[in-house]
Amino acid sequence: MAQADLDAGADAHGEGQQHPIKLYLWIWLLLFVFSAFSYAVDYIGFEGYLRWTLILFFMFLKAGFIVAIFMHMAWERLALITAILGPPLLLLVLIWLMVIEGDYTFLTRIVFFQGT
Amino acid sequence: MANDVATASVPAFGEGEGWKGVVGDWSADKQAFPVPWGKAMMWIFLLSDTFIFSCFLTSYMKVRLSTTIPWPNPSEVFALHVGDTNVPLLLIAIMTFVLISSSGTMAMAVNMGYRRDKKKTVALMLATAAFGAMFVGMQAFEWTKLIEDGVRPWGNPWGAPQFGSCFFMITGFHGLHVSAGVIYLIVVANRVRTGFYDKKGNYDMVEISGLYWHFVDLVWVFIFAFFYLW
Repeated sequence: MAQADLDAGADAHGEGQQHPIKLYLWIWLLLFVFSAFSYAVDYIGFEGYLRWTLILFFMFLKAGFIVAIFMHMAWERLALITAILGPPLLLLVLIWLMVIEGDYTFLTRIVFFQGT
Repeated sequence: MANDVATASVPAFGEGEGWKGVVGDWSADKQAFPVPWGKAMMWIFLLSDTFIFSCFLTSYMKVRLSTTIPWPNPSEVFALHVGDTNVPLLLIAIMTFVLISSSGTMAMAVNMGYRRDKKKTVALMLATAAFGAMFVGMQAFEWTKLIEDGVRPWGNPWGAPQFGSCFFMITGFHGLHVSAGVIYLIVVANRVRTGFYDKKGNYDMVEISGLYWHFVDLVWVFIFAFFYLW
């Protein structure tokens, strides 16, 4: 309750979301390092599943830090967090459908181009 | 008596932690988010923007999955010629670091705003805008180079013709967001300078414009991973 009062009260008085500068500098540095790592994935020339796993790993790591620390999501109330981060999960359905559709289109094209 | 039980089990608005807090916030018959309304609306706008960019990236995925002609290798397409060697993705890497730096200065600007340090807030916001303008400049250079190489929305010299349309659509829409963000940041920085937010009594707008800027950086993280590295 004390923490909630503090958060709500702080925002109401326009002094919300004050965090130590040091934290931002650390995150900034981490984002640089992770970007360098994801660039290295291409530079070194990893291929196949190792490449895709590494790309996704560094991508989600960077995205997580930006949203949680820079956009202050880590300190927001769960009602706001779920309202904003929940709906994008529906995109997984769209991606799943489009993977199926993409494979189907690919196979149809193979058949069609061979037929002519 | 029953009323007492009900009020005891559901926390009041803005109180209670975890899922009890969610129930309390939504069932209070008030606003649902105890944050400035501008911040809640910016989050909701960013949510809608997430869906727009996701549609672009998903359609790019579908197009790339279904093409029977090999996709151009982005590592070679976006290589820069330095000395005698081709460095893969060099310009894109520099653009990534520029945008991350701008996110860093923006985070510091928000912090300085809440400390009511006007000079540093304005300086950091203008630095952010300058990084953003630099990013758009490099993107213009990249577009020019690719157009000279013969990339068009309907074809290119290296492979699947859909490469060009995906590239121009995705990076173009992102560049538009960066350009709009630069203007937005300059407007807000100017209002900080003239003391507009001192009269208003709070510096929430600095954080709200920061949210938009960090989102632009966030989208780039995904574009960088899916379009340039994949």
